[in-house]
Amino acid sequence: MSNHAEEMDRHIRTYLLVFGSLIVLTLITVASSQFLHLPIGPHIAVALIIATIKATLVACFFMHLISERKLIMAVLGLTVFFFFVLLLVPAMTALSHETGH
Amino acid sequence: MLELPYIVEPRPDTGLTNGKLGIWLFLASEVMLFGGLFAAYIMLRVGGPTWPVGADILNVPMATFNTVVLITSSITMVMAWAALMRRNYGTYQLYMFATVGLGLVFLTVKYFEYSHKLHDGLYPSTSTFLAIYFTLTGLHMLHVIAGMVVITYFALAGRSMFRKNPQWLTNRVEHTGLFWHFVDLVWIFLFPVLYLM
Repeated sequence: MSNHAEEMDRHIRTYLLVFGSLIVLTLITVASSQFLHLPIGPHIAVALIIATIKATLVACFFMHLISERKLIMAVLGLTVFFFFVLLLVPAMTALSHETGH
Repeated sequence: MLELPYIVEPRPDTGLTNGKLGIWLFLASEVMLFGGLFAAYIMLRVGGPTWPVGADILNVPMATFNTVVLITSSITMVMAWAALMRRNYGTYQLYMFATVGLGLVFLTVKYFEYSHKLHDGLYPSTSTFLAIYFTLTGLHMLHVIAGMVVITYFALAGRSMFRKNPQWLTNRVEHTGLFWHFVDLVWIFLFPVLYLM
């Protein structure tokens, strides 16, 4: 078997492992929201942390980010920064309403 | 005939094919599009006097099923690309059709979800929760449809491209896959945010 074919076999094994992890994490998300009855803060935190882990797995392995060039990382770094700025605006508005400033 | 530059071999200065850099820049703009709507969601949620628990209004088992369907479609998409890397056209086509089929299943479930809501008199104008629910899931659904159109095109018209230049088709399918995985990634956040919180 050539090196290329062996490498593809390894990739496919990784994809299947990631797929299994994503399914398990989905079931954990649903189970934790239905049966754990956490207060709203921790409940949101758990759901978002699991979603972030799942998104990271998709981006790193299915989208090949783990072995991608620096230029793509730079584009994404900038995007993530502005994405959080975008989310921060409503959060800060809500905070200023609460504090009355 | 004019050959498009750097679609098969990477450009020396960027180290990437033009197609790959292009799709990533497009995805960056998509992050900002959905980001704006997620910001609207936060604004509506923290600004409203009350906010319903999604599970009380929406169908969690249906959405869980749809999450599994989309994740499965991501693996079939990446397997289609892997088959092309091995120059196995038959397997590639099979995985591409499987991906489109799973997209269809997703849309069918969504159709039943939407029609059930509308039948119960739950419209986007009913509450801010339903307004942002229909907006976010509707926009996401449009992305699923767009992805399915492109995947169907490459599944049907790929043979001649494969004969002419297999690496070019492989790159194009990889870029299509990047868009499809992004659509999956957005759903990974939409599902807990709308249905479980």
